[in-house]
Amino acid sequence: MRNVVVEDAAAAVEGIKDGDTVMMGGFGGAGLPLGVVKAVLDRGVRDLTLISNNAGSTEDDLSLWFEARIVRKIVCSYPRSAKHFAEQYRAGTVELELVPQGTLVERIRAGGAGLGGFLSPVGVGTVFADGKEKIVVDGREFILELPLHADFAFVKGHLADTLGNVTYNKTARNHCAVMATAGRTVAVEVDRVVNVGDLDPEAIVTPCIFVDRVFARSSR
Amino acid sequence: MTPLSRDALARMVALHLPEQGFVNLGIGAPTHVADYLPAGSGVILHSENGILNVGPKPAAGEEDWDLINAGKMPISLRSGGSYFDSSLSFAMMRGGHLDVAVLGAFQVSKNGDLANWTTGDNGSPPGIGGAIDLAVGAKSIWVMMDHVTKDGRSRIVERCGYPLTARGVVTRIFTNLCIIDVTEDGLAVRALLDGLAIEALRDRTEAPLRVMGDPLTIRQDGSVA
Repeated sequence: MRNVVVEDAAAAVEGIKDGDTVMMGGFGGAGLPLGVVKAVLDRGVRDLTLISNNAGSTEDDLSLWFEARIVRKIVCSYPRSAKHFAEQYRAGTVELELVPQGTLVERIRAGGAGLGGFLSPVGVGTVFADGKEKIVVDGREFILELPLHADFAFVKGHLADTLGNVTYNKTARNHCAVMATAGRTVAVEVDRVVNVGDLDPEAIVTPCIFVDRVFARSSR
Repeated sequence: MTPLSRDALARMVALHLPEQGFVNLGIGAPTHVADYLPAGSGVILHSENGILNVGPKPAAGEEDWDLINAGKMPISLRSGGSYFDSSLSFAMMRGGHLDVAVLGAFQVSKNGDLANWTTGDNGSPPGIGGAIDLAVGAKSIWVMMDHVTKDGRSRIVERCGYPLTARGVVTRIFTNLCIIDVTEDGLAVRALLDGLAIEALRDRTEAPLRVMGDPLTIRQDGSVA
């Protein structure tokens, strides 16, 4: 039987290399796979393009990647309250693509769903429309937003079975469930791995077809 | 004439929310509106990070960091609440399913343009978050803000000087001095702080203001009569 469980975070990030595009789930700390944050640092990769809602805070989170200067570009909706990111932003050593949050998640969804993009009313008449194709539908102006893909999508789930079916916990689901459809390799950090058959099929949010690797968060 | 306190402004907004409405309160001052919702209002609060029927802040020691609001602060879930992913959450926001979004602002123009995400200061990274999705998608966009800046300049302007969040979307403005409706014929004063003359309000407001009939009176506690 299919079994996608790997030993630990280090095994979950196996194959990541310089210049890769990486999606990281989470809204603030909720849904952020913290074990992956550390494991990617340990791999010593650089020049990453990071797709994430936030750019870390000053705490123990994605800010570690900016402190270590391994991110070349971030595609993000709200990189505020992020001390290490802000330092590099001011110094001009990291590129920021600022994306409205709903557009960010829908671009990721388009990537995972095999769509060539979508038409959004969000940003019309603002700087967020600059350089984008305008399309009028039924008299209303939209802008063409393009899909986002990633070499790796790393998200935090609550429970996963050994097949790779995943449930989430409360508001920690956020961008995770969508990112889990859009990575070439998808790895899920969970609180606990359970046996096949233990998850209520109605409660599974990410079906195993999307998931390549699962590991249980270590209880440190 | 003392401008409304932040608490009274939040209370004034809360008292106007439609009963049983689906409402999103933006981060910052709007989040505070939740504390003043009348008992039995039936208002259902949405938060962009994937929760409907947001409940109050949990007691100290009861916080669950997987259960937070858009401001990344711990909250609770009311009975009948639900969790969902960001895509579905923004479908609610962008797709016209929310009755009211309450947002903060730097500036609002006479035709309802909203500027609330950056002052263009390059010293700190800008953040747009979900404010822009709300501004485009909610049925009614209410702004709550101080009427003037710290140095006394009007925030209600002919044309926004700051980068726009969205054009022509604001439907009502609540300030610490008044309530203004954005109409096709311009800005209409709906209510005025007790003791404040309309001319004094016009002196503090760059954009032209209309008055239809007698404006309602705003008391210091934020109630309106």
